[in-house]
Amino acid sequence: MGAMDTGNMEGRWRDLDYLLLRQGNIVGPGFEPAPEIRDFLQDDFKVLVIGAGGLGCELLKDLALSGFGHIDVIDMDTIDVSNLNRQFLFRMHDVGKPKATVAAERVMKRVKGVTVIPHHCRIEEKPDEFYKDFHIIVLGLDSLEARSYINSVVCSFLEYDADGTLDMSTIKPMVDGGTEGFKGHARVILPGVTPCFHCTLWLFPPQTTFPLCTLAETPRSPAHCIEYAHLIQWGQERTSETFDADNPEHMKWMYEQALKRAEQFNISGVTYSLTQGVVKNIIPAIASTNAIIAASCSLEALKIATMCSSGMDNYMMYVGTQGVYTHTVSYEKDMSCIVCSLGVPVHADADSTLDQFMKQLIADDRFSGKLSKPSVSHLGENLYMAAPPILEEMTRENLSKSLVELLGEKGGTVNVNDKKLAGVLRVQVAFSDAASEPNAMDTAGAG
Amino acid sequence: MINLFSLKKKQEAAKEANDGRPPVKKQSAGELRVQKDISELVLSKTTSITFPNGKNDLLNFEITIKPDEGYYTGGTFVFSFSIPTIYPHEAPKVKCKTKVYHPNIDLEGNVCLNILREDWKPVLSISSIIYGLQYLFLDPNHDDPLNHEAAEVLRDNPRQFESNVKRSLAGGYVGGHHFPRCI
Ligand SMILES: [Zn+2]
Repeated sequence: MGAMDTGNMEGRWRDLDYLLLRQGNIVGPGFEPAPEIRDFLQDDFKVLVIGAGGLGCELLKDLALSGFGHIDVIDMDTIDVSNLNRQFLFRMHDVGKPKATVAAERVMKRVKGVTVIPHHCRIEEKPDEFYKDFHIIVLGLDSLEARSYINSVVCSFLEYDADGTLDMSTIKPMVDGGTEGFKGHARVILPGVTPCFHCTLWLFPPQTTFPLCTLAETPRSPAHCIEYAHLIQWGQERTSETFDADNPEHMKWMYEQALKRAEQFNISGVTYSLTQGVVKNIIPAIASTNAIIAASCSLEALKIATMCSSGMDNYMMYVGTQGVYTHTVSYEKDMSCIVCSLGVPVHADADSTLDQFMKQLIADDRFSGKLSKPSVSHLGENLYMAAPPILEEMTRENLSKSLVELLGEKGGTVNVNDKKLAGVLRVQVAFSDAASEPNAMDTAGAG
Repeated sequence: MINLFSLKKKQEAAKEANDGRPPVKKQSAGELRVQKDISELVLSKTTSITFPNGKNDLLNFEITIKPDEGYYTGGTFVFSFSIPTIYPHEAPKVKCKTKVYHPNIDLEGNVCLNILREDWKPVLSISSIIYGLQYLFLDPNHDDPLNHEAAEVLRDNPRQFESNVKRSLAGGYVGGHHFPRCI
C-alpha cells in the first residue's frame, strides 16, 4: 500500500487514464470506464512473464510502465556476456547471475511502485497451481518445447459444464511473442476459444537437420563440420561425458574439432560464435524486433486485463527486413485438437467396468464404424493398450476395474486410440447419477 | 470474449475450490501422439518392443530386431527410442545399443537413416522408423556410410563383407574393433 504513494506522482498515469476513464468505439465487451480499473491493474492483477531474455527484458519494462503492479518472472538462464547488447536490464558485472533475479531487481529500481518477483528455475519445476495463480501469462521464449509445455498446462485448466459449455473463468489467457532476426510474431491465445499452440503447430518451421552420413563423409559447409563434432566426434572421443552447451570448455573443444575438420575439407567460416549458434540452435536476435514484438504483446496484455480496447484476433506477424510490414490473421481453432478441445461428452455409469465402457463407446452412434479395438488412457496413465501384446498384458487387469476407480469421482477426459481413427479421440466422461438421471431426462423430454 | 475484471471474484472462488486436489501428471502432445502410434503397432516376428520404465512411459522404449534374412541373419540388435515432447514435430532420437559392423551405423550407435533426420515428416510414425531399421539390415547401403571401412568393403568385396559380418556377430575382431557376440 505504502509503495503506491511513491509510484503515483502527479500525471504519471495520465496516458493510461485516457484509456481507462473514457468510453470509445473500439472498447472491449463489457468495458465501463472507471478509476477502479487502474486500481485493479495495480493492486490485484497478477501477470507472469516467462523468459527474461531479449523479449523478456522488453516485456518487463513495458508491462511495469503500463501500470501492471504485480509481475512475476521465470527464467532458468544466467546472464552471458553475449546477452548484453540487447538485454538492456543487464550490465557487465551481472554476468553469471540469474537473469530473472537481476531483471526483477532492475525493473523495481527503475519503475516505482511495481513488485517483480523472480523465479530462477525451469518452468517444469513449478506446480500447475503456480500458473493458476496468475490472471495472464506473457511468453517471451525461444523454444517450441517450452511453449508446448506451458500450453498443455493452461489447457488442462479448462473446465466444461455438463452440456459442454466452457467455464470462462477457467481460461488462462496467454500472450506469446517470438522473434527471429528481423521477423517476429505476437499472438493472443485464449485456450478453448482461440487456437492454442498445438492447433497451429505447423506455424513453427521444423528444425533444419543434416543427414548424418553427409556430416561423416561429404561435409560442404561450416555448419556440417560443427554438427559432425557435436553429433559424432563428442560421442567417439569423450564417451563418458555428457555434452553441456553452457560449459565453455566443452564449447571450445567443439569449436577446435570443427575447425580441424573444416581445414581437412578445405571449408572456411568456422568460428567460435558460429559453433555456439549451430550447437545451441541460436537464432540471431535483433534488438529492435524484440522491442516491437514486446510492445505489441504488452499492449495486448493491457487490453485483456482492462478491456479498454478489443484485443488482437489472434496472430500478428511482423517482417522488418524491408521497411515495416505487419499482417494480422485470425487463425482457426482445430476442433479436434488433442490439447485444447473439449472432446466428445459421454455419460457413463461410474460403476461400469472399463471393458463395459469400451463396449459402450464402440456401440455409440457418434463413433460408428470408427472403433473396433480401442486403447484408452487418462492423464499419464495407460488404462488399456490394445497393442503391442506386451502392453496389452500389462494393462489387461484394468478391464475389470470400475470407471470411478480409474478416473476418480468426477470422471474426466480420456484419450481413445483406434486404428480406424485418424487422430486421438478425446472423450469427456461424466458420470450419470443412476437414480436421478431418468427423471431429468423425462423432464427435458416433456419440455 | 472474457472480461477478467468482472471475473476476478469468480476466479478466486474457483481457486479455493481447487485447493487440496492432488496434482496430476500432465501429458505432453508428444506423449499423446506416441500413444496412438504404439497402440496401433503391428510388429513382424523378427521385431519386439520393451518398455524399460513400465507401461506409463511410452516416451522411452527399446526395439529389438532379429533379422531372418540377409547378411545379419541370426543377430540380435537393440535400438533405444527417445521421443521428444513435441513429437511428431521432431523425429524420435534412435540409437543402436548393440555394437554392430554396419556401413550405416557407426560404432557409437549413430544410425544413418534419412527419415530419422532430414526426411522426417510428422505424418511418419514409429512404425515407419521400425520398417526403416529392418530395411537397413536387409540392404546395407555403401552410398551413405557412417562406418567408412565397412562401406568400402561392402562396395569392393561383398564376400569379404559377408564374412566380416559373420565374424562380428559371433563375437570377434573386424578391422581392429571388437564386436561382442550378438547371436
Ligand atoms: Zn489446440
